Amino acid sequence: MNLETVKSEIEANVPGCRLELVANPSPSAQHSLLLDAEHAAAVALYLRDAPGMRFDFCSNVTGIDWPGKEVSQKVKVRKLVDGVEEEVEETRTTTIPGNLEVVYHLYSVEKKHGPIILRMRTQDRDAGVHLPSLTPVWRSAELQEREIFDLFGVLFDGHPDLRRLLMWDEFQDHPMRRDYVDPDDFEYEPTAHDEVLQRAQQHLSQAIPMQPSEAEGR
Amino acid sequence: MDEKLKNELSKQGIFTTSLQELYNWGRTSSLWPLNFGLACCAIEMIATTMARYDLARFGAEVFRPSPRQADLMIVAGTVTKKMAPQVVRLYNQMPEPKYVISMGACAISGGPFKQGYNVLKGIDRYIPVDIYIPGCPPRPEALIEAFMELQKKIDAQPLTGSNRPRHLNADEPSEFVVPRFGEHDLEPTHNPVLWNPPLVQISQTGSDESGNR
Repeated sequence: MNLETVKSEIEANVPGCRLELVANPSPSAQHSLLLDAEHAAAVALYLRDAPGMRFDFCSNVTGIDWPGKEVSQKVKVRKLVDGVEEEVEETRTTTIPGNLEVVYHLYSVEKKHGPIILRMRTQDRDAGVHLPSLTPVWRSAELQEREIFDLFGVLFDGHPDLRRLLMWDEFQDHPMRRDYVDPDDFEYEPTAHDEVLQRAQQHLSQAIPMQPSEAEGR
Repeated sequence: MDEKLKNELSKQGIFTTSLQELYNWGRTSSLWPLNFGLACCAIEMIATTMARYDLARFGAEVFRPSPRQADLMIVAGTVTKKMAPQVVRLYNQMPEPKYVISMGACAISGGPFKQGYNVLKGIDRYIPVDIYIPGCPPRPEALIEAFMELQKKIDAQPLTGSNRPRHLNADEPSEFVVPRFGEHDLEPTHNPVLWNPPLVQISQTGSDESGNR
C-alpha cells in the first residue's frame, strides 16, 4: 500500500488530523506517518476499521529518545568596535528541544498488507510526555506501552493499566533514555579503556568502601 | 583414629567411625535442593535430575517446593534486580545447614547482562555461595561436578574448632539482609559482610596522556 494514498485517505476521512510523512532515506525505504496526539486515536480507529485498510494487527510498539541538543552556528554581525563599525563573527547557540517518540508497526492479516508505521512525538522530555494510548484500539499494544512507559517515561493517557513492567514500582528513572546514569556498581577490569576507563577512574576517585557495621542486621 | 588401624579393623569385620564422619556422611548423601529456577540454566538443572543424567545417584533427587524443607539452593539463571530480594528471602527461610550453588555466568556475575540496568551482578553480593559453576548454561555434567565438589566440601568440614561450618557457630549469621527496592538501585547494593567491590589497579599502559590509545 502506498503511504501517500493512505495519508490522503486518512486526511479525507478523519477531519482535522495533521499528518506528516517521515521519509526513511535508507534502502529499506520504510516511510512512516507522524500523527498528532489529538487525533491519533481517531486515525488508529480509522486504520483498523475502514474497509480498505483493516489494519487489525499491531505487531510492535517501540520508543525512541531524542535528547535535546545545542547547535552553534557562526553569524556575521555589524558592531561598533572602538567607535568604528566592523563586521564581527559571533557564534550563536540555539537549543533544539528533545522529545520522546513512539513507533507503531501495523499489519493487516485480513487484507494481507502492511506494514504501516505510525509515529507520535511528545512535546518534550520532562513535563509534556503525555501521548494517547492506542491500547483501546489494538489490545496487543498494552504490554508494549507499559514497557515504553517503564523504560522511556512516556505517559499513555487512556491506558487501562499503566504500571512499570520490567523495573519495580519504586524505581524513579527511565533506563532507556539517553541521559540515564546507571548505578555505579560495576567491578572494573584491570584493563579498562576508553569510556570504561573514564568511568573506572571516576569510580576509584569516589570509592568509599562500605563498612561492615553499616549493613543492618547483616 | 589411625587410618591403617581402621582399615585393618574393617578387614576383620569391625566397622569404626567418628561422629564427624557419620554426621558429614549423612548430610553429604542426602542433599535436598530447593525446587526453583530463574532462567535457561534451570532447564539444564531439570535435565540433570531426569533419567539421562540422574542426579538421584548422588542423593539429591528430592527437589522440595518449599524452602523450609530444602538445604541446597541452586541459583540457576539470571537474577534480575526485581527478583533478588525474593531469592535472598528464600535463602533466609531455608533451615541450617544450607548451601548455595551459583549456576552459570549470570548467577556468578550477571554474565552477558552484566552491563544492563536490571540484572544483579552476581548473587554472591547478597548470599554466601559455596560452589560456582561457569558456563552459559553449564552442562548437566558440570552441575553433577558441582554436586560432587559440594559433597567433598561437606565431607571435609570439621564439627569443632575455629573453622567449623557456619551452622555450628552461634556467632555466625544464618540470615542475610534482604535488599529493598530503592529509587535508583537496590538498597543496599551489596552485603558488605559477604562481598565488597574489588579495588582494582587500573592499568594505563598503552594510552597516552589524552587517554587515547
